Amino acid sequence: MVRSTGIMKRVTKGVLACASVLVLATLASSCKRESRTLRNEPPQRGLYDAARESTNEPGGKLPKIGMPSPAEGNAYAISQGQRLFDWYNCSGCHAQGGGGMGPPLMDRRFTYGSQPANIYDTIVRGRPNGMPTWGGRIPEFQVWQLVAYVRSLSGSEPSAATPGRSDGLEKKTRAQLQ
Amino acid sequence: MQTPKHGGAPTASNLHSPQPEDGQWVMPSKNYDATRFSGLDQIDTQNVRNLKVAWTFSTGMTRGEEAAPLVVGSTMYIVTPYPNYLYALDLTQNGALKWVYKPGVDPSSQGVACCDVVNRGAAYSAGKLFYNTLDNYTVAVDAQTGRQVWKTQLGDINKGQTMTMVPLVVKDRVIVGNSGGEMGVRGWLTGLDAKTGKIAWRAYAAGPDSDVLIGPNFKPFYDEDRGKDLGVTSWPPGAWKIGGGGAWGWVSYDPELDLIYYGTANPGPWNPDQRPGDNKWSCTLFARRPETGEAIWAYQIGPHDDFDYDGVNENVLVDLPINGQTRKVLLHPDRDGYVYMMDRATGEVLSAEAFGYITTNTGVDKKTGRLQLVKAKSPGFGKTVRDICPASPGAKDWQPSAFSFKTGLLYVPHNNLCQEVSATAANYIAGTPYVGATVRMYAGPGGNRGEYTAWDPVAGKVIWTIKERFPVWSGTVVTTTDVAFYGTMEGWFKAVNAKTGQQLWQFKTGSGIIGQPTTYRGPDGKQYVAVLSGVGGWAGAVVAGGLDTRDGTGALGFTNAMIDLPKYTTRGGTLYVFSLP
Repeated sequence: MVRSTGIMKRVTKGVLACASVLVLATLASSCKRESRTLRNEPPQRGLYDAARESTNEPGGKLPKIGMPSPAEGNAYAISQGQRLFDWYNCSGCHAQGGGGMGPPLMDRRFTYGSQPANIYDTIVRGRPNGMPTWGGRIPEFQVWQLVAYVRSLSGSEPSAATPGRSDGLEKKTRAQLQ
Repeated sequence: MQTPKHGGAPTASNLHSPQPEDGQWVMPSKNYDATRFSGLDQIDTQNVRNLKVAWTFSTGMTRGEEAAPLVVGSTMYIVTPYPNYLYALDLTQNGALKWVYKPGVDPSSQGVACCDVVNRGAAYSAGKLFYNTLDNYTVAVDAQTGRQVWKTQLGDINKGQTMTMVPLVVKDRVIVGNSGGEMGVRGWLTGLDAKTGKIAWRAYAAGPDSDVLIGPNFKPFYDEDRGKDLGVTSWPPGAWKIGGGGAWGWVSYDPELDLIYYGTANPGPWNPDQRPGDNKWSCTLFARRPETGEAIWAYQIGPHDDFDYDGVNENVLVDLPINGQTRKVLLHPDRDGYVYMMDRATGEVLSAEAFGYITTNTGVDKKTGRLQLVKAKSPGFGKTVRDICPASPGAKDWQPSAFSFKTGLLYVPHNNLCQEVSATAANYIAGTPYVGATVRMYAGPGGNRGEYTAWDPVAGKVIWTIKERFPVWSGTVVTTTDVAFYGTMEGWFKAVNAKTGQQLWQFKTGSGIIGQPTTYRGPDGKQYVAVLSGVGGWAGAVVAGGLDTRDGTGALGFTNAMIDLPKYTTRGGTLYVFSLP
C-alpha cells in the first residue's frame, strides 16, 4: 500500500485552502457591497484619514493613517446618499452631477480632492468659494453616505454598488428634443 | 422743477422729443425712461462699417460680464462680476486705469447666486457711484477719488440672498432690490438715503399690507389686485415668508407722476403645487413713490406663476399715440412672451401682444387683466410636462431693450426656448436652493435659441427680426442715426440698420457678449461705442461655471439648451471700445 495520503492531503488541503480563500474573497467583496448595519456608526471623526488636498508632501509621502470610509463600495449607503443628495438640496446647486450654482461632480475634477476624506471635509467644513458648511447639521453617518454617492457620480465607486440615474425626467433622445 | 443733478431730465420722454443728449452715459438705462436711446449722430448707417477697436481693457475676471460701461465727463466706470471691483478708466488716456475700488465681498456669497455671479453695473449721481455687491451691500463711492463714502448691509447670504441689480437714484433715494427667488428668500425693494446710506423704507414683495407698503393711496386698476393683506391670504399659511419676489431687475422713474416702476420676481418654490393661491405680490408690476416707497398701483402679471416668469424686466416709459390720443405708457416685454403696454398712471393694460412662441397661456383677459393659463402646461407633482414655451428664462430675461424715437420701435434682444419640467418636493433649508423642479430646456420652433427683434408697440407686432444661434443675452442701444448695437453669445458685437434689420458691421470679441453696450462722446469729441465681452450669466453658465454637458438638467435646465456653447466661446472679461477711424 503506497502511503501517499500525506502529500495528497497537503495538496488537497492546499487546493481546498486556495479555493476557500477565493470563495471567501468573493464573498467578502460582495459582503461589503451588500452589508447593512443595524446601528449607525457613532461619530469617529478623529479616526479618518487626515485629508490632504495637495499632492506636494514635503519630505516624502507619509503612510496613510486612520480608517477608510464605512460607506465605500456599499450599495445601501450609496442609495441612501442618492436620496440625501436631493433631501439636503445638494441637487439644487450640483444638479444631477452636471453642476449649476456649484461645480460639476461627475467629471472627476475635484477642486478640493476626490478621496472620501476630502469630500467629507468639503461637506462638513464647507469651502471658501461657496460650498456651505454642513458640519453639525448632517449626521456623520449620512455624510459618509453622501460622500459615497458623490464619488459614484464620477464613476469612482464599483458600478455593481451604484444606483441607476434617476433625474426624474424620462430620457429623451437629442432628435426628440429638437 | 428741480435742477437735475445727473443725466436724467425733469420731464419724461415723448415720441417726438427724447431726452436732451449730453454725450454721457450716467446710468445703465441711460435715463429714468430706460429708453437706451442715444442722440449722438457721428456714427451712422453709412460709416458704421468702418468701426474699429479704439482700445480695450481686461477686467481680470472669468465670470459673466453683464454691466453697462458708464461715462461721466472724461471717465468711464465699469463694475465687474464677483468680486465686484469698480474700475475708473481715463478716457483721455485710452482707458488707462485711474483707480479701482474693491469692496471686499464675502467669497461664500458665490455659493448662493443662482445664475452666475454677475453684476449689472453702477449708477452715477451727484459725484458718487452707487452699486450693489453680491453679498448684499450697497456702496457709494466718490467718483473722483474712488474712496468709499458709505457701505450699507441690506441682506444676508444665510437667508439665500444676493444682490446683482443696478440701483436707481431718484432725488435723495437710492433704490435697490434683492435676488434669490430660487433660494426661498423674502423679496423686497429698499430705499436708502443717498447721503448716509441709511435704510429709509423697505417694501416687501409679500406679507401684510404694512410690509408691502400698501396704504390708503393704493389704487390698483384691476379687481383681483384689490383687497386687504393679499400678500398673506394668497399663500398657504406662512409661505409668503420664503416666497421670493425679489426686485432684481430694472427700475424706471417718471418725474412728472413721481412714480418708480419695477417688477417683482418669481414666487418660490418653482413647484407650484407647494403654494396654492395667487402668491401676491410675486410677478407683479408696482408703481411706488420713490421718497417713501408707498405703493400707488400694482398689477400682478403672473398670478400663481407656474413657470418662473419673473416680472422684473424693464419698463420703458414713452408717450405714444394710441387711438388718436397721446397716452403716457410703459412698455414691458415680459418673460411670459408678451409686450405689455400699460397706462403708467393707472396700471391699465392697454395691450399685451406676443413677441415669442407661447404654449403656457392664451392671453391676458382684457376685462379682468388676468393671464389665462393653459392648465395642461402647469408642472406639478407626479407629472413631466413638455413643450413649455417660453422656457423659464422667458421669451426675454433681464436683457434690456431700447426704444428709438426715430423709428418708434422697441429693439428687443431675446430668447426662443422651450422646456420640460418634472416637479419634486422642495425642501426649505435656509441658504440653499428651494426650487422643487428638474428642468431641461431646448430650442423653440425654428431651432434658433435667440432673436433680436424690432417691435412696433402701437401696432403690437414684429417689424423685423434677426435669428441667432444662442439667446441674445446682451443689452442693446439704438441711436438717432438708426444704428442699433447688440452682442451674441459667440462673441460677435453687431451693428444693424434700425429701420430694416440689415447687418451693417460686426466684430468678433474674445468671449460671448452678455453686457450692455453704451455709446458716448469722448473728450476728443468723437463718438465711441463700449461693450463688455465675457460670457456667463444664466445662459452662459455652462461655460462660465465649467459645467458638465452630460447632465442637461444643470444650471436649472439651461445646460441642455447650451450644450454646444463651449464650442463657440471660452471665458474671459474684456472691455471693448470702438470708434470710427
